[in-house]
Amino acid sequence: MKVNTMAEMIASGQTPEVLFWVGCAGSFDQRAQKITKAFATILDKAGVNYAILGKEEACTGDPARRAGNEFMFQMMAYQNIQILNGYSIKKIVTTCPHCFNILKNEYPVLGGNYEVIHHTQFLQELIEQGKIKITDSNEWKGKSITYHDSCYLGRANEIYEAPRKVLESLDMELREMKRCKSKGLCCGAGGAQMFKEEEKGDKRVNMERADEAIETKSDFVASACPFCNTMLTDGIKNRNEEVNTEVLDIAEMIAKAMQ
Amino acid sequence: MAIIAQILFIILTATALYLFSKNLLLIRRNILIGKAGFVNDQKARRWKNVFLLALGQKKMFTKPVVAILHLFLYVGFVIINIELLEIMADGILGTHRIFESYFEKFELASLYNFIINSFEILAALVFVACIVFLVRRNMLKLKRFMSNDLAGWPRSDANYILIAEIILMGLFLVMNAADTETHFIISSSLQPLFSGINSDTLFIIEHTAWWLHIIGIYIFMNYLPYSKHLHIILAFPNTYYAPLTPKGMMHNMPEVQNEVLYAMQPELAPTGAAAPASFGAKDVMDLSSKNLMDAYSCTECGRCTAACPANITGKLLSPRKIMMATRDRLETVGKNIDQHKSFIPDNKSLLHDYITVEELRACTTCNACVEECPISISPLDIIMELRRSLVMEESNAPQEWNSMFSNIENNFAPWKFAPDDRDAWTNQA
Repeated sequence: MKVNTMAEMIASGQTPEVLFWVGCAGSFDQRAQKITKAFATILDKAGVNYAILGKEEACTGDPARRAGNEFMFQMMAYQNIQILNGYSIKKIVTTCPHCFNILKNEYPVLGGNYEVIHHTQFLQELIEQGKIKITDSNEWKGKSITYHDSCYLGRANEIYEAPRKVLESLDMELREMKRCKSKGLCCGAGGAQMFKEEEKGDKRVNMERADEAIETKSDFVASACPFCNTMLTDGIKNRNEEVNTEVLDIAEMIAKAMQ
Repeated sequence: MAIIAQILFIILTATALYLFSKNLLLIRRNILIGKAGFVNDQKARRWKNVFLLALGQKKMFTKPVVAILHLFLYVGFVIINIELLEIMADGILGTHRIFESYFEKFELASLYNFIINSFEILAALVFVACIVFLVRRNMLKLKRFMSNDLAGWPRSDANYILIAEIILMGLFLVMNAADTETHFIISSSLQPLFSGINSDTLFIIEHTAWWLHIIGIYIFMNYLPYSKHLHIILAFPNTYYAPLTPKGMMHNMPEVQNEVLYAMQPELAPTGAAAPASFGAKDVMDLSSKNLMDAYSCTECGRCTAACPANITGKLLSPRKIMMATRDRLETVGKNIDQHKSFIPDNKSLLHDYITVEELRACTTCNACVEECPISISPLDIIMELRRSLVMEESNAPQEWNSMFSNIENNFAPWKFAPDDRDAWTNQA
């Protein structure tokens, strides 16, 4: 499978319909790379005309901004907007809710206006349009699953239904955690916490959430954010529950269930 | 004698109203110490928020039982206070139930009875709800009410309000009951208590209850500006001015945006432009007026803190405490201005002296606190403004964050990976 960059597409006179914004976790983190590859596979199979920025992509500036470093954020935003506008990008899809939030909500005031969608929304669209067909005998069928709402998808942007609709297409048994949707509990990574030790307390946030996920006794935990994925995977491992409960991104599940 | 009572009543009323409006104006002035922060676009959506959240108490109903009890207090408060019109008229004119005679004149005596009966039913409901709330607050050991956030004055404040409501409602019912010519729905059942008491004594009981009731209301009114109970007024403007943007959106800092723009494209820089004075918020005057109104609107219910992942897992951060600290600091700054006409630095600031670095660092920006608040307060916005000051003014960040910053700067990613490897995954795809 060939993944084209914007530069390559433009050079060959093509205009992709959507830019896949991979994000730093999706690009570099070994676990998150699997999500990236799964999503790229889906796009490829569904016949979506897409491209990535490749080496021209840079951090959106989200962790810097949330940590309080507005200068760093503005520097990154300036560079990214120059590149995105240079390619006349109209539509962006991303597998990271943090990139999604910042591109969608915080770039417009800086001159970066794009239609930005999260990969769970895009997957829902592709399923509804029949571009993704789920095999009847998919490996998830009948298994139980709980979905963890990412804060930056859920409360931050009120996207609760799209990921659940996508999971529905897999014929699984969805078990909600006590704290879900607008009441969903954070995984502990947001606000640049991913990049530092937690402050002192009596429990780690990801343990609190992992315990809640384990309580549902589900075979799988679905996430839609590479950071939530890491935090929950760590939490579940810490409780030695990884044999019973596996954390997967929704894109990984769809990729395996596609015809 | 009657004329003396009338004069006394007028003086009392005027004093109460004067003090109350004076304190409200002081609060208004304190709120306006903040930077411009009231956005007034999309008025229809804003009014919808006022109707749903403030009037309709939509978010309260995520806890239905509490919501209904709270609704009794709220409806009781608004409706029973209509009776104040008659009480005021009687007080000023030296009459007794002046509206009753008017209603009778137009053959509407039954309507008058209906109105007073409604007030009495509500008064009884308020009475009961307050007792339930007192028990819940002090005996049920709910975590958010047992919290150290409320140690001292805030805990007493909450109890004083409930006790005051109970006393006021009691006086209202006793006043009606002692008026033996009337037979209203609740107070008539209290009337047997007064059987055998002669009419002179009853008259004194009724008048005493009447006076204590109105004096109680004036005290309560003037207590409001010092209390967490101010939300009964500020919930309305606060929901009106609530941001209409997605919760995930942080507000932009145009001054930093321009600094970066001028660094990148120096030709755009205006000549002689002064650098911005400071970044983020170190003290209350650096926050927006909406942040400050949030602080005065906070009822200290603690729904935010109960939902905060940092607080749930034992970290120092409590969003409620952020709001309380902001109000405490603002009141200190306000008093400073009262004394000196303008603010004289007191070597203190909201950051560090009222809110510590450890609290700020624990926030995951998950928006749970913002989602929970029934009246659209954002503790998160204040936390982020303080973080901005910490990092940009004091270069105060944990070592890991400094590494993250330099990774972003040098490698365009928060981790130390070679930028050239950004698309390495495509080779394995």
